[in-house]
Amino acid sequence: MKNLKMSIAGMLLLAISFTNAHAKEKMNHNQSDMKMNHSTMKMDKMNNPTAEAVLADYFTMKDALVGDDSKKAAQAGTKLMASLKAFDMKSYSKEDQKELADIIEDAMEHAEHISESPIDHQREHFKTLSKDITDMVAITGTKNTLYEQFCPMYDKGSAWLSTSKEVRNPYYGSGMLKCGKVQKTIQ
Amino acid sequence: MKILKIIAIILLVAFVGIQFIPTERNQSDTVPPTDFMLVHNVPETIQNKLQVSCYDCHSNNTQYPWYNKVQPAAWFLEDHIKEGKAELNFSEWDSLSSRRKKSKLRSIVKQIENGEMPLDSYTLIHKDAILSKDEAEEIIGFITQLKNSL
Repeated sequence: MKNLKMSIAGMLLLAISFTNAHAKEKMNHNQSDMKMNHSTMKMDKMNNPTAEAVLADYFTMKDALVGDDSKKAAQAGTKLMASLKAFDMKSYSKEDQKELADIIEDAMEHAEHISESPIDHQREHFKTLSKDITDMVAITGTKNTLYEQFCPMYDKGSAWLSTSKEVRNPYYGSGMLKCGKVQKTIQ
Repeated sequence: MKILKIIAIILLVAFVGIQFIPTERNQSDTVPPTDFMLVHNVPETIQNKLQVSCYDCHSNNTQYPWYNKVQPAAWFLEDHIKEGKAELNFSEWDSLSSRRKKSKLRSIVKQIENGEMPLDSYTLIHKDAILSKDEAEEIIGFITQLKNSL
């Protein structure tokens, strides 16, 4: 009888902790949705401040991964989710809008994973995210010169974007900081 | 001792009570035309393996175990299935764009390679869901090929 009581108590405790965890998770999500709400700014086609905001968060994330800083990369992931959400695509053609919506949906998911994962998993998602952001820039353009860099070693070859010509590898960080080369300059 | 008895009774009542809270059932009789297996030409061995190891949480049709009838176990399952389907739903596969498909396929490969999927808490009970080294390689090979063909 005592055993039975104990197991009932155990089950209930479990139940309570599950509902708690649920509520907490929901709160976290709300928090990240609140920031950034300046998509009403004026812009022309070559200069889209919401695209620049996405790029800025992407580069913060890249630098964090270069510095092996998982926590900072996660924070950048949360910020990137917000800036992706605020992306303004009004000024683009229907076709580009469709492509951009697709890119943003995909990038959003990678940013979310990066915001809640250990560094190896962050780097896995950073690879696909980099492809998304590169495709975004191909449509939106950017006011800065960017360098597409490439490391042949990480996951059978992986690319990323940088504002600097110098190679600092986000996939290996201090493990192999200078592995890679510039493969394209984006003006 | 008396207080223990009272607590036990309260807990028992609560335990019985929560059994009446309904849970969402993830079950469907039909396989939608967007299902991964219908869209792609998947070899039968891989079809079976995906069905057993992945589809319980990553499709619209779960083969429920008996303990799904008991709370709080049912909540635990419901939560896993919801989360699993949000990440990847094989039943609605073809509604994804080719960019999203490639992205998902890459994640599938990574998750299997890293031994993160199927979840340990799942294979603990579903022994047949465990992927042997050969099975894992076979699936990874197929998924990689599929990704490159998209």
